[in-house]
Amino acid sequence: MSFLIGENMTGGYGSADILHDCTIGVDKGEIAVIVGPNGAGKSTAMKATFGMLDLRLGRVMFDGEDITHLKPEERVLKGMGFVPQTHNVFTSMSVEENLEMGAFIRRDDIQSTMEQVFELFPILKEKRHQPAGELSGGQRQQVAVGRALMTQPKVLLLDEPTAGVSPIVMDELFDRIIEIARQGIAILMVEQNAKQALNIADKGYVLVQGANRFTDTGEALMANPEVRKAFLGG
Amino acid sequence: MTDVLNALVLLTNFLLLPGLTYGSQLALGALGVTLIYSVLRFSNFGHGELMSFGTMFTIFFTWLFQSWGISIKPLPTALLALPIGILATMTLALIMDKTVYRYHREKKSSNVIFLIVSIGTMFVIGGIVRFAIGPADQIFFDGTRFLLKAREFKQMTGLDEGLAIRMTQVITIVTAVVVVAFIWWFLNKTRTGKSMRAYSDNENLALLSGIDPARVVMVAWLLVAALAAIAGTLYGLDKSFKPFTYMQLLLPIFAAAIVGGVGNPLGAIAGGYVVALSEIAVTFAYKRVIGYLVPEDMQPDTLVQLLSTDYKIAVSFIILVIVLIIKPTGLFSGKTL
Repeated sequence: MSFLIGENMTGGYGSADILHDCTIGVDKGEIAVIVGPNGAGKSTAMKATFGMLDLRLGRVMFDGEDITHLKPEERVLKGMGFVPQTHNVFTSMSVEENLEMGAFIRRDDIQSTMEQVFELFPILKEKRHQPAGELSGGQRQQVAVGRALMTQPKVLLLDEPTAGVSPIVMDELFDRIIEIARQGIAILMVEQNAKQALNIADKGYVLVQGANRFTDTGEALMANPEVRKAFLGG
Repeated sequence: MTDVLNALVLLTNFLLLPGLTYGSQLALGALGVTLIYSVLRFSNFGHGELMSFGTMFTIFFTWLFQSWGISIKPLPTALLALPIGILATMTLALIMDKTVYRYHREKKSSNVIFLIVSIGTMFVIGGIVRFAIGPADQIFFDGTRFLLKAREFKQMTGLDEGLAIRMTQVITIVTAVVVVAFIWWFLNKTRTGKSMRAYSDNENLALLSGIDPARVVMVAWLLVAALAAIAGTLYGLDKSFKPFTYMQLLLPIFAAAIVGGVGNPLGAIAGGYVVALSEIAVTFAYKRVIGYLVPEDMQPDTLVQLLSTDYKIAVSFIILVIVLIIKPTGLFSGKTL
């Protein structure tokens, strides 16, 4: 069983179900990517593993423990980090303060973790005293990821980290994400840029209408003619 | 040359000094309103009565200390009683939050409902205050009245115009500076203060970062209660305590907060001084000032007063309307701390 896994998840925000018997999982040091057409429930599936919607059926296991009924804040304490797609930085606060707030639950010295984040994203060190709201889209995403890393999570959930950034910045961000995974952190992300994302993915989930359509390694999905035709534009 | 100096002294004595004093009181009040707005996201119309409540408690303990013969002359005894007034106001704020506001937070009521609820608390607290201390005027200032008397100033400088510095003016301005510096330090340098700013900036992300909303809200109320008690006591010391005037203070306080840009602490402070100085500048009689500056044959016959002091409160309204038409976001825009 995977390190983090949402098994047979069924549920939605209101009365109508969005997810139908959907299973998503990721292991330590691995990158798992959820792709699929618009409205397939990609973000919803990831948010479900983070406890942001009520599951009618299924369960979420984290490190062998059932966390289905924990609130998102409680999952953060367990070691999950979540980067929302939008509004993912404190715009009025400086980069450094953003990172400090990311580490709010920690009582120990956060300096070394902050140094690690600055090593990963050198531009943030340069702009540490600037309000995050004044940064470019790509830099903001780095702040957002950095903020989530400050808790030293075991799993990092990324909701479309490359939304709205240029292709060059996107490649750069993907490189950083690979680097984070190499440190032994499990990464689960939702991506619109399916091709590029599957390229770096160890595991890929193709969702259609809230259900698993294809699940395989990134490589195999890229090679699968059916997936290519339907979701990757040939 | 002496004429110019005389005119300046006159302006300082009757316009600048009272303006800075009144402005400090408004700034502290507006700071409280702005804190509640940015953390709890509603306009707290109960703030004037919260100030009134804090002042009332301070007065009760001032009387008690006076009856015990405790005095800190030349400073007013009220300063000694103020910490107790602050604690009482904090207790009231927390009880209010627990019994009234928390229910609406859990229900996720809309801002308008919060606003109406705050008007409810305004009437309840106002009722308690009028019941406990009565609607009459209370003068509770003791201690030395003047730090510098007008006559002494005239002797010192040889000018015709006197400059009087009242104890309450100095206390008000010094306290305001200290309190504002403390709030700035708290919001920018402490973990709890930063978490308040984070919560006010992005509630969901703050939650994801493990910031406890209940704690942020509690700290906000404690700060606001302290600010209210301090602002109210300073105003009461400077003028007098009358429950009705405190209800009326709500207007200039909100004008100050809006002029500065609601939710911005710096704006609240600037707004306080803008409103106070304009209120006094518009209702000030400039006859004597002009008298010093122009030749004898050009002396004005009238008082050269733009507006009678009876219309003082209208000035806040006018500023409010002008700001809302020209720059609705206020001088310093922004909805976050």
